[in-house]
Amino acid sequence: MLERAHIMICGGTGCTSGNSKKVMEEFERRLTEHGVRDEVKLIMTGCFGLCARGPIVAVYPDGAFYQHVKVEDVEEIVSEHIVKGRRVTRLLGSERTESGEVMPINQTPFYRSQKRIVLRNCGRINPENIDEYIAFDGYKAYEKCVKEMTPEQVIQLITDSGLRGRGGGGFPTGKKWLSTYNAKDDQKYVVCNADEGDPGAFMDRSVLEGDPHSVIEAMMIAGYAVGATQGYVYVRAEYPIAVQRLQIAIDQAREYGILGENSMGLGHKFDMEIRLGAGAFVCGEATALIHSIEGHRGEPTQKPPHLAEHGLWGKPTVLNNVETYANIPQIILNGPQWFKAMGTEKSPGTKVFALGGKIVNTGLVEIPMGTTLRTIIEEIGGGIPHGKKFKAAQTGGPSGGCIPASLIDTPIDYDNLIAIGSMMGSGGLIVMDEDNCMVDIAKFFLEFTVDESCGKCTPCRIGNKRLYEMLDKITQGKGTMEDLDKMEELCKYIKANSLCGLGQTAPNPVLSTLRYFRDEYIAHVRDKKCPAGVCKALLNYVIDKDKCIGCGLCARKCPAGAITKSDYIAEGHKLPSMQIDVTKCLKCGACMDSCTRQCAISKK
Amino acid sequence: MSNQFKDTPQQKKQLDKVFEELKDVPGSLMKAMQKAQDIYGYLPIEIMQRIATACKCPVEEVYGIATFYAQFNIEPMGKYKVGICLGTACYVKGSGVILEKVKERLHIEPGHTSDDMMFTLEATRCIGCCGLAPVLTVNGEVHGNLVPEDLDAIFAKLNA
Repeated sequence: MLERAHIMICGGTGCTSGNSKKVMEEFERRLTEHGVRDEVKLIMTGCFGLCARGPIVAVYPDGAFYQHVKVEDVEEIVSEHIVKGRRVTRLLGSERTESGEVMPINQTPFYRSQKRIVLRNCGRINPENIDEYIAFDGYKAYEKCVKEMTPEQVIQLITDSGLRGRGGGGFPTGKKWLSTYNAKDDQKYVVCNADEGDPGAFMDRSVLEGDPHSVIEAMMIAGYAVGATQGYVYVRAEYPIAVQRLQIAIDQAREYGILGENSMGLGHKFDMEIRLGAGAFVCGEATALIHSIEGHRGEPTQKPPHLAEHGLWGKPTVLNNVETYANIPQIILNGPQWFKAMGTEKSPGTKVFALGGKIVNTGLVEIPMGTTLRTIIEEIGGGIPHGKKFKAAQTGGPSGGCIPASLIDTPIDYDNLIAIGSMMGSGGLIVMDEDNCMVDIAKFFLEFTVDESCGKCTPCRIGNKRLYEMLDKITQGKGTMEDLDKMEELCKYIKANSLCGLGQTAPNPVLSTLRYFRDEYIAHVRDKKCPAGVCKALLNYVIDKDKCIGCGLCARKCPAGAITKSDYIAEGHKLPSMQIDVTKCLKCGACMDSCTRQCAISKK
Repeated sequence: MSNQFKDTPQQKKQLDKVFEELKDVPGSLMKAMQKAQDIYGYLPIEIMQRIATACKCPVEEVYGIATFYAQFNIEPMGKYKVGICLGTACYVKGSGVILEKVKERLHIEPGHTSDDMMFTLEATRCIGCCGLAPVLTVNGEVHGNLVPEDLDAIFAKLNA
């Protein structure tokens, strides 16, 4: 039977945390109550991208895009929209066209500059149903490769497309495949890196949650191209939904004869298995990841030999990132010219970014390479909340750097980002406003890398620790101008001498903030001030004597006895205002938390 | 802690089944440890020894792996695992302050369990709910868009 409406409910991690599963159950119940359950198809999809307004519910064919849907809203959507055909306008977001109509979702600022290639099926299909993937050209690319192309031709096509590794490094994918193809061995492996450890990055997770079959298909294509019959997906254990959906997808593909001894009856063998990470950031590094799949400590080893010659269990291995794989079936089907028409000359195609931090529209966006940061932040991201000023954007996670407001018009691609001292990274893009202290941010990333350093090589293990200590000293107000020069020198040494990518890039957040926000470092060192008001040791708590009503609650809460009555009574008040003795103050903030008139105590 | 360790016959049976399943899987040591932790909640030395025997490797290697990866626990965990996300998106939106408040409340540092075995506090890596930042999880359940004032309600439920 043909349904008259499809209701798509976002089942990504963001919306699931926002209770979208309960919303789904409520739809099930209400639709049944209204006797229309048979006429409506209810689908839990992958991420729609607009996480800030989740949970998202889309109703087709009308294309209504309901936002912030709560369990209580379901009855209204069912009785009004599904039964009576009237859209529930109050849940449709605030964007309006010039004539005052609700704006179609693909014309809203968030979506209109996006181009969804990797995310094409996210929010469109049920990731737990292989038939839906197949209905949207699924496994056609694999069929085309095996039936019509030689492995050499497949590799040539990927090379021609100019696709570069989306995990951050930007290495040409075709080249990687070719060297694995050229390595002669009886057994080779295809591995997918889904150990997305960068804080604030969730692109790969969303692809696995929303369209797992695209990754399976791409790995099969890679297997055919390089001559491998076994694949491994290494996924972070922190992503339970992604792991579960990928496992369902693998099981379904096996059941359909797509994975197995004779894939799709085309005479090529390929099977795959999931391996779970266990919470080690360094395992995103290629050699460390391989050791972890083998069941060892995830410590990196020297390259060369490259994985293409000596990879998993010593065999030639091709390792790509989730997003890279998700591009492959589309490139095969549409051709390299189609792909090259998007993006820039040296970085063709699109890039998925996880937009987070101080931005209105947090979420997942996919844009053609070469889009400027301004478009991403001001148009797609909807700007900075509470009218604050944009200060910097951070890309590349702990390996990347901060891009200052003065470079907001830089077109984003691999080479431009390197040139301005950051890097593409896997795609986390964190926006910071005037309330964020750049020294504190550099310290935050260093703390992360110090914690995640595997400890094998000295420059990373000890160098980063010393770097962290210097940053800490500066945030305590004990730094000297000499420290800044020393830090720069140490950064260069760590970059030049560390064994793997983690150490080689760990100083980047420090170097880029020193480059663009040196005045902020100098304010900490010379003036003993934190301009953003973040570094506790550099702040003084003050009481506004005209606002304080003299209730004395703060004095009772103060653990140091630093607060006493003053002899000033503000106009209209009965009691004298309180005052803080800065020499006794521990800067714990207890007074500010306790103040009944929250405007009276502030940090300066 | 470990000298009090005792498992139920059912747990033992489950673990033996895991060993049987993984017998011929290459590189299965980590998998065995993950499944063992699913069964017991942590990896006491007795279990690490059994894994070592089953996987034919020295117990030092098992211990080396258990201490390398953040997700393996060699101490028992509290009834509630409270995680505060310190991913970048949460951090720039103030999760550091939330962590401080929770530390004060539970009187424990991240990575530790309260003496009454009720709470284990963890400063977690990005859990990918950046749209809800800052977030706190209790046994995997996510509480998002937090301000320090929300903590009273969350903990009132747990202490009840």
